[in-house]
Amino acid sequence: MSRAAIADKIMPMPKGDKLIVLAAGLLLLGLGALPFLAPALIVDKMIMLFILIIFAVMWNLLAGYAGLISVGQQAFVGLGGYAMVRMVDAGLPPFPAIFVAALVTGALAFVLSLFVLRMKAGEFAIATWVIAEVIRAIVSFDPIVQGETGTSVVALNAYAPEMRRMTIYLLALVSMAGAVWGTWALLKGRTGAEAQAIRDDEDAAASVGISTFRVKQRIYILASVGCALAGTLWLASSITFQPRTGFGIQWSIFMLFMVLVGGIGTFIGPILGALLFFALQEIFGDFGAWYLAGLGLVAILFALYLPRGIVGLWLDRGYNEPLSMRRRLKLPRG
Amino acid sequence: MRAVVTADPILRARGVNKSYGALKVLHDVDIDVLPGEALGIVGPNGAGKTTLFGALAGSFPVTSGAISFNGIDLTGTRASDRCQLGIARTHQVPRPFLGMTVFENLLVAAQSGARLDAAAATGRAADVLRRTGLADAANRPAAALGLLDRKRLEVARALATGPKLILLDEIGGGLTESELIALVDLIQSLRSEGLTIVWIEHILHALMRVVTRLICMSEGRILAEGEPRDVMANAEVQRAYLGSSPE
Repeated sequence: MSRAAIADKIMPMPKGDKLIVLAAGLLLLGLGALPFLAPALIVDKMIMLFILIIFAVMWNLLAGYAGLISVGQQAFVGLGGYAMVRMVDAGLPPFPAIFVAALVTGALAFVLSLFVLRMKAGEFAIATWVIAEVIRAIVSFDPIVQGETGTSVVALNAYAPEMRRMTIYLLALVSMAGAVWGTWALLKGRTGAEAQAIRDDEDAAASVGISTFRVKQRIYILASVGCALAGTLWLASSITFQPRTGFGIQWSIFMLFMVLVGGIGTFIGPILGALLFFALQEIFGDFGAWYLAGLGLVAILFALYLPRGIVGLWLDRGYNEPLSMRRRLKLPRG
Repeated sequence: MRAVVTADPILRARGVNKSYGALKVLHDVDIDVLPGEALGIVGPNGAGKTTLFGALAGSFPVTSGAISFNGIDLTGTRASDRCQLGIARTHQVPRPFLGMTVFENLLVAAQSGARLDAAAATGRAADVLRRTGLADAANRPAAALGLLDRKRLEVARALATGPKLILLDEIGGGLTESELIALVDLIQSLRSEGLTIVWIEHILHALMRVVTRLICMSEGRILAEGEPRDVMANAEVQRAYLGSSPE
């Protein structure tokens, strides 16, 4: 207090990070122009990449920053898709339905949060998976879904394919940018700091005044909306909804792979993990079962040689984590 | 034996019981903590001292009994609410947020416990870091700290929440004599600023330099309470401390 004259401050963003943000901004602008230039196949693939990035960022928010290890995010991928099917069936135009369905799924996540967030660690993980399976079973009973046969969002066929593809691409791009930026803003704020404290020690977090349940709930609902949005975008681009696919455990496995391989609990890691996963899918995706074995092999190699993920390439060499969430105190000299 | 009560207590506990199954850890504990006082708690291991802190700080629900703080009934309130009301605690075994830096540990405590905005919380955290001798470690990961610095961090993080009452749980253990003196100075200066202190400590000479009143606990009960010297001279206290041979 004797040094009140010197205002203590948090260090500003490092120059390198500013460059990364600038480059990312320019890249986004470029990506905005891509569907006007690139062939349809590329545009479709890019939609998938954006969806993967949303998944990775959301699972990292949940598990990496809040310690909520869920293997049941497919519940929200499927519910988002199902809500969209229902809404479009009720007459809502498909493009707004992409977003409305994601928000409605968030309301359901609120209800689920009251139960699952009372559980800890392993129990929580199993509960999320069980819930996803139960919801899948319930949704399969809806006549509209036609059991495992599934259904299609036929209303999307009313649009010319080119126009449809371009719209979905731009919506996916905006959603991805929104998810990344929103996560950034959240983590930089109080909720982000509180989530990390809860991840590290929930009881100690409560002892410093953190409303642990409320913070976890906020993160859980946001991650659910994010996964639902990725799910509705995916449905919009693939048109067919099948409970087995929509609620499939593979979504959680993809999320886990991207986040762990990229670097859990780092901001940039999961995005890099999504890029790597996307590349692996492109290169080896046609090899069927071998592709899955390959993914497993990559995961094992990372666990053995680069346990901190791609971001470990920087960290292991003593460099600071790019786009780190760390708040560093600027200490007065002398 | 009870000290003359001159003001309304800031913290009042009446008939507090805590059981884990058949094991009764606290038996009808009554405590009054007066505003601005420094109350010491001693007692052999397993006396229920840390459990008492947990009960006061809301770390778990008590089996029965009533606790109020500044006249507010705390029954049913969570640890986070109690911290925001002004009760901070340290943990006997330090529990830092290991994935965060020292500064971030304090920052989040100031933001959540004291509801400060980022700028004010930064100032608070930096002030507390200087007072507790952690300023040089500000940007180090908490996981890189040794035990002594982790103990410092416990105290610093509790202070960052802006408490009116702080519950200190064996923060002196393992400190060198000069570190103990610095700790005593810190606690005395906090007290002179009006902070109410309850301190569980085994290192009696440090404790006796700070506290104005002493409670001795044994087997979940309050054995003696009053002037520190009188309490330590009490025959029952001596027996509990030195261990009586079974008769």
